Amino acid sequence: MASVTEAPLLAPQSDKKPPRKRGRLVPYWLLLPGILWLLVFFALPMVYQVSTSVQTGSLEEGFKVTWHFQTYWNALADYWPQFLRSVLYAGAATILCLVLGYPLAYLIAFRAGRWRNVVLILVIAPFFTSFLIRTLAWKTILADGGPVVGALNTLHVLDVTNWLGFTSGDRVLATPLAVVCGLTYNFLPFMILPLYTSLERIDGRLHEAAGDLYAKPFTTFRKVTFPLSMPGVVSGTLLTFIPASGDYVNADLLGSTDTRMVGNVIQTQFLRILDYPTAAALSFILMAAILIMVTLYIRKSGTEDLV
Amino acid sequence: MAFVRWFKRNLVVIGGLLTLGYLLLPNVVVTVFSFNKPKGRFNYEWQQFSLDAWRDPCGVADMCGSLSISLQIAVWATIGATILGTMIAFALVRYRFRARGAVNSLIFLPMAMPEVVMAASLLTLFLNLGAQLGFWTILIAHIMFCLSFVVTAVKARVMSMDPRLEQAAQDLYAGPVQTFLRVTLPIAAPGIAAGALLAFALSFDDFIITNFNAGSTVTFPMFVWGSAQRGTPVQINVIGTAMFIVAVLFVLAGMVISNRRNKQKA
Repeated sequence: MASVTEAPLLAPQSDKKPPRKRGRLVPYWLLLPGILWLLVFFALPMVYQVSTSVQTGSLEEGFKVTWHFQTYWNALADYWPQFLRSVLYAGAATILCLVLGYPLAYLIAFRAGRWRNVVLILVIAPFFTSFLIRTLAWKTILADGGPVVGALNTLHVLDVTNWLGFTSGDRVLATPLAVVCGLTYNFLPFMILPLYTSLERIDGRLHEAAGDLYAKPFTTFRKVTFPLSMPGVVSGTLLTFIPASGDYVNADLLGSTDTRMVGNVIQTQFLRILDYPTAAALSFILMAAILIMVTLYIRKSGTEDLV
Repeated sequence: MAFVRWFKRNLVVIGGLLTLGYLLLPNVVVTVFSFNKPKGRFNYEWQQFSLDAWRDPCGVADMCGSLSISLQIAVWATIGATILGTMIAFALVRYRFRARGAVNSLIFLPMAMPEVVMAASLLTLFLNLGAQLGFWTILIAHIMFCLSFVVTAVKARVMSMDPRLEQAAQDLYAGPVQTFLRVTLPIAAPGIAAGALLAFALSFDDFIITNFNAGSTVTFPMFVWGSAQRGTPVQINVIGTAMFIVAVLFVLAGMVISNRRNKQKA
């Protein structure tokens, strides 16, 4: 393999013309193994997923393709609350990530000075510990009767969230609030890093110019900084919303049976109930929904250079 | 009044630091609770200080075995994804070819897909083919989802490379192989290293895709998941803390080395 990859690497720039035929094939040789891998283990499974979703049968007798599209309607009819919940929880987590992540990204880009690298490392550092262990830590933090719940109670925050239906009684654990809190925590770095990248590119003199033209700090932010950081906002929200909508770990570890998301349903159908057609149909609906939403969102926000 | 003005001016800093605290709080809890001596099977409530778990990190049945499986898979997945991904990245930056758009979307899509969808669809493939789930199916899956991230990392580096450096090497009578090994590869190395590190981290910590395609093989994240149902041993926190410390030391060492190099250059 090596000799094929190395030889004509410089062909386009060098004066000496390499044997043409071989040179033209090089990119295809370079692409072949990796693209084949993606085709067989990423694209082909999508086909099998669709085929599985229209099969009927049982584990004992085996499944056969019968073009039973009814499965899709049944899946939607049975599990629309979980779909709705996924969109709501993932949406709430995405907004929270943006609200919480923006000040930190701004701090790293403009205010951290020589601490910039240290803060950046601290943002990435949590990744070094398995995310399941860190998610379990939230069970301790949000424990019933613990300091966090106590503080929220004293500040009457729980009264508000109870009224909104995010929590129930004196508990945070096993409520939607805990799940959204876990989702927000897990995907926050995916928001902060793209935000930071796009903020860092902004020319600091634009801020000065805005100030010279008598813009108040907040006006400068609203009219200059935020619009210029839009590419970061768009890719950050995508990088948060997409994985959050398919996540089942937070809903399982921090939630209850009332907080199950579509990921939880797919997981139990596939791995415990072994109802493969329903599970495949659900997974296909989720995929289609995400692809449509992402396409519309990218169109709307006009940032096409993400890919 | 002065305080209010100070507060207003530093609002962003205060907000940012609060977020940083939110991000780091679980790590603090994990570390503190690695010194706990819990009463029941679950390590969620603080009881008393103890070094038991640190003295006997492998004291829990099967945990260190799962850790070694995870490490093996991560190493092989990193090697596989880095080689395949680097090749694709070079092809994308250096060559014109047909179907470039299709190739780009094939690389972008795995990153824009909820993990559970990739996990479920890959499982349908393995089920339909009657493949035996285990080490190999996990490895196949990991190489698949790490590949795109390696391509992105390497592509960024190769794109910013000055092609004149390679022309200079050729002008100085370096052959193609020599140019690649002594000029191209060293310049692309940081990008390849970044891609490899990312692949390792992603593979080592992956749970969702592994959970679907593991069969009865238990990786470390799967062990943690199981223990959330059966009872969480303190040793999990020891491993979590140790991984955190090792990784931070790694990063700090890298920073010190690159600082020194920059100083030597200057």
